[in-house]
Amino acid sequence: MSPLFIALLLPVVAAVALSRGAPLKLASTPVALANVLLILGVMLSRGFVSPEVVSHVGSIAMLQSPALNLSVGVDGLSLLMALLTVVVSVCACWQIDNKREGARAEHIVAHLISAGALGAFVCRDLLMLYAFHELALIPTLLIIALQGRGESANRLRVAWKATVYLGVGSLILLAGLCWLMVSLTPEGAALVTDLDSLLKLAKEHPLPALKQAQIGLVLLVGFGTLVSLFPFHTWAAPAYATAPVSTAMLHSGVLKKFGIYGLLRVLPGMLPLALSQAWLQEALCWALLGNILWVGWVCIHQRNLDEMLAHSSVMHMGYLFLGLAAGGAVALEGVALLAFAHGISIALLFALAGRMRAQLGTLEFRRLGGLGSHSPALYVLFCFGMFASIGLPGLANFAGELMIFVGCFGHPGATALGMVQWTAIAALWGVVMSAVYGLRALRALFQGTSGSGLFLSDPPLAQRGGLVLLASLLLVAGTCPWLPLRLIAPAPKDKPAAGAVAPKAH
Amino acid sequence: MPADSPSPSSLPSLLLLLPLFSALSILLFKRLLKGASVAISVGSSAVCFVLALLMLGSSDSVTLIAPFIQVPGLTAALEALVDSQSRGMIFIVQSIGLLVHLFSLGYMKDDEARERFFGALSLFMFSMNGIVLAANLFMAFIFWELVGLSSFLLIGHWFEKPSAAEAAKKAFLTNRIGDFGFMIGILCLFMANHGDVSFSGLKESLASGPLHETARLHSGLMFLAAMGVFMGAVGKSAQFPLHVWLPDAMEGPTPVSALIHAATMVAAGVYMLVRCSFVIEASPSAALWIAWTGGITALMAALIAVRQDDIKRVLAYSTLSQLGYMVMAVGLVASQAGAQHDSASPGHPAMFHLYTHAFFKAMLFLGSGAVIYACHHEQNIWKMGGLRRHMPVTFATFALGTLALAGLPLTSGFFSKEAILGVAYEVKGPWLAPLFWIAVLTATLTAFYMTRMFCVAFLGKSRSEHASHATEVPAVMALPLVVLALLTLLSPWDWAARLLSAMKPDHAAPHLTVLSASLLALGVGVGGGWRLYRNAESDPLAGRPWSRWLENKFYFDELYQGIVHLVQDGMAWLISGLDRGLIDGLVARLPASIAGRFGQRLRALTGGQLQAYGFFLGLGLIWLIYELVMVLPLNPR
Repeated sequence: MSPLFIALLLPVVAAVALSRGAPLKLASTPVALANVLLILGVMLSRGFVSPEVVSHVGSIAMLQSPALNLSVGVDGLSLLMALLTVVVSVCACWQIDNKREGARAEHIVAHLISAGALGAFVCRDLLMLYAFHELALIPTLLIIALQGRGESANRLRVAWKATVYLGVGSLILLAGLCWLMVSLTPEGAALVTDLDSLLKLAKEHPLPALKQAQIGLVLLVGFGTLVSLFPFHTWAAPAYATAPVSTAMLHSGVLKKFGIYGLLRVLPGMLPLALSQAWLQEALCWALLGNILWVGWVCIHQRNLDEMLAHSSVMHMGYLFLGLAAGGAVALEGVALLAFAHGISIALLFALAGRMRAQLGTLEFRRLGGLGSHSPALYVLFCFGMFASIGLPGLANFAGELMIFVGCFGHPGATALGMVQWTAIAALWGVVMSAVYGLRALRALFQGTSGSGLFLSDPPLAQRGGLVLLASLLLVAGTCPWLPLRLIAPAPKDKPAAGAVAPKAH
Repeated sequence: MPADSPSPSSLPSLLLLLPLFSALSILLFKRLLKGASVAISVGSSAVCFVLALLMLGSSDSVTLIAPFIQVPGLTAALEALVDSQSRGMIFIVQSIGLLVHLFSLGYMKDDEARERFFGALSLFMFSMNGIVLAANLFMAFIFWELVGLSSFLLIGHWFEKPSAAEAAKKAFLTNRIGDFGFMIGILCLFMANHGDVSFSGLKESLASGPLHETARLHSGLMFLAAMGVFMGAVGKSAQFPLHVWLPDAMEGPTPVSALIHAATMVAAGVYMLVRCSFVIEASPSAALWIAWTGGITALMAALIAVRQDDIKRVLAYSTLSQLGYMVMAVGLVASQAGAQHDSASPGHPAMFHLYTHAFFKAMLFLGSGAVIYACHHEQNIWKMGGLRRHMPVTFATFALGTLALAGLPLTSGFFSKEAILGVAYEVKGPWLAPLFWIAVLTATLTAFYMTRMFCVAFLGKSRSEHASHATEVPAVMALPLVVLALLTLLSPWDWAARLLSAMKPDHAAPHLTVLSASLLALGVGVGGGWRLYRNAESDPLAGRPWSRWLENKFYFDELYQGIVHLVQDGMAWLISGLDRGLIDGLVARLPASIAGRFGQRLRALTGGQLQAYGFFLGLGLIWLIYELVMVLPLNPR
């Protein structure tokens, strides 16, 4: 049996056990930690094979007719996303305050989201991929409605709005996926849902370009709504700002990446010509600029850390779509790398914001200040998260962003700038904008002097674990991006000789 | 080289790893290490200085340090390029770096967050070495941004102080705007040169390759690329219009100002321009823009410096002005590249001025630090005076720095300024000719404001309690001043310049006009300053209408603040309103209300009338049968 089934089962078992009254300390974080070890074990046993090789395959028949199998397996991309899932899960569970009322429900939901996301990332079947995502989505929406912050009327409104958006988005997505599968299935055969067979079919009998673009449009709207693509983004920020901290971490860090993961699975392999249709590419470019510039402005306007982080996470999705719009191997690898990095950095920032809110009672910029002098550890951790999210080299997000931008300009010998290049240039301005709001937040919260006498103290060492784990991942992936890239990118063919010395006349 | 000494290729790796190790260990184990962190930082700097000396004798090489990103289609490796330019620059960075580390031992003795300061200094040394050694533009960009980060940390060292926190933020953001352009330039070059952005690859390609064609046929793209790279330098070297961060950066501790904001980081922009000079040569219009930007910055900053009263701000504006000089030289040399400049010869007037300026400006800054330290953190020159008697070592070194900056013959500043004036004089074309006179005017103003500051701070009577009780600084702070003074005296001579890879340009035939113009500028400037300020108790120029413009730095800060407030925050306010109202309305509420209306209408149909139900049922059936019989057989899929 594939170890991936165990990885899938563990969080479900934990959730069931927790709902039956298992002790929180024993059944939550340790189980999540075990899953991290399990995924690391899968990575090790896989070794350095080519990224497209699917390893650790397993299958369980679920329905005889129509044939529906739960088949799992990981290639490099799946494994990277699975790693993201388990790492963020463990940190999300770690930082739930067990003494708080409703902590148990939060733990259960965290495990359910983890299971759903993990399932979506490791299953090899398009329908199951969709189903797993729904499994994770429903508890997310429920917990926002039940345990979100603020007045109950407000959080119900927010949860309802998110439900409507995500529900409609999921339906469109399902329609798009069905259309895709029906179009690719050969005449007279049973519906093909298996990822690998679909990829093979698409390669052997590619769909006409226009149809690819039409299906691509439906999928972009469907997946895009889940990833908060402009203009379907207005659900996201209030939902994150209202959700319990662990849920915000898991949804923005992991579950949202499902949409990007789905597009990475479907677009380049099955609909390779979709974005070469100028109208679709242009529409996507405008939409992603909406994410980066429009939401960037909205972000600059925020005067509250929660809201700012929530909007920034919407904004940064634009870069992932930029990579998709550019197409090409470098850009797509960049998308995967950035999705991973962004997941880690936003989870860290949401975790810190939650901790600060719990201690201070507010996250409004004008009421806070000078927090850095009393809590140096939180200050440093916040710097890590914030500088990573604004794309500082040396922290994880930079490498992915660089690859996406380079991918946009990866048309060797082109002598004029086209739509994608101009979009990339406009998107580069977003890097300046994120520095504006990022540093404003840093300045308003941690630097200067406290206006209202509110102070923050560093958490005890045991509680820093999850935060330090995320921060160190940012540093490692940022300074050694070749490590995560080994999972998702083929080895370069012509390596320049290491230590090559070109002696010249001196 | 003896067998047991490090091989040439391990030198660059060590130069990067040692400061990185120091910075990381201080970041992680600050609490455990306590005083040892300071020792680690200073120790790593000292070892790096020795490595820099070893490197002066090493041969040219390219060393792979880390693969960073290596996938098919993109290679962005960390590779160290050792050539005469990087050897000379590493020597500047490491020698001044070590002296500043030593000086800081005294200056930051009582600071509570001393460990953090030294950790950030190490991070800076790491990043700066990275820029200098970079063999390709990606690596340069990575360390370019890291230098921005370490500058942010050091300017904001006293982050509890609102002005310091604001200055740090301003520096980082202004640099980010420059980096935006830098990245565009890199990406354009990446595209035009088929994915190779190593300096050697770019150079070859421009001589006879894809870039050669691009430069010939698509001057627009080449212009964009050159201006992009230049924009990076505009940010880092604080050129007009992004110059506003540098004077504010003086909020940082003074040793930092000497190291980062006078000698090294701000010089990185000029360094990178010289590295990429072949790109600029390929676009004459970019060269024109660059020369003029430098000229305008030089003149504007010199004018502002005339009316500043803070000792560090005068020096900051003087740095701006001198950087403008260097940038102007880059543009001028590039624009006459075809005519007589031989790109194979290592000399470059901008690099030579960078090198001489680094030593005497670092000395001036450390001198001002000594003065500030002795006067109990008083920075206003009008509250000093008479320091000559109390601080003889500082006085002597400061005098030497002033003379070098003013361009007294036989001092280092004279030679390098002369080289730039020579290029400006020789350059042809109506668009570039006025720059010579701008340069001469700037030189006059430089001599004037330096004389002013020197007279007011060091001569005459003490004008405050602190100044009259000032005493000479301890040896650990005085020693760096003396060493820098020696370097200032020795640096311009041919043998020293060759030994230290100073990139001194070859001797051109001296022009009588240039020589007399620079002597005249010196005479007028020093004479005017001496006459006005020798015995002045307050500034005789204060109160004139034009002087208010200089005093307020041409109101750039106010202008930019207005732009940020009106455009950025205004737009942010407007758009976030639209986002909530319009987008949400169009995407969510409008469909919702349409669906609602539609439901209302439909409800009218379901009025309970059996006939109506029957009618709709029949209609539906007919449609279904039509589909099944007529449509489906035609479209099997």
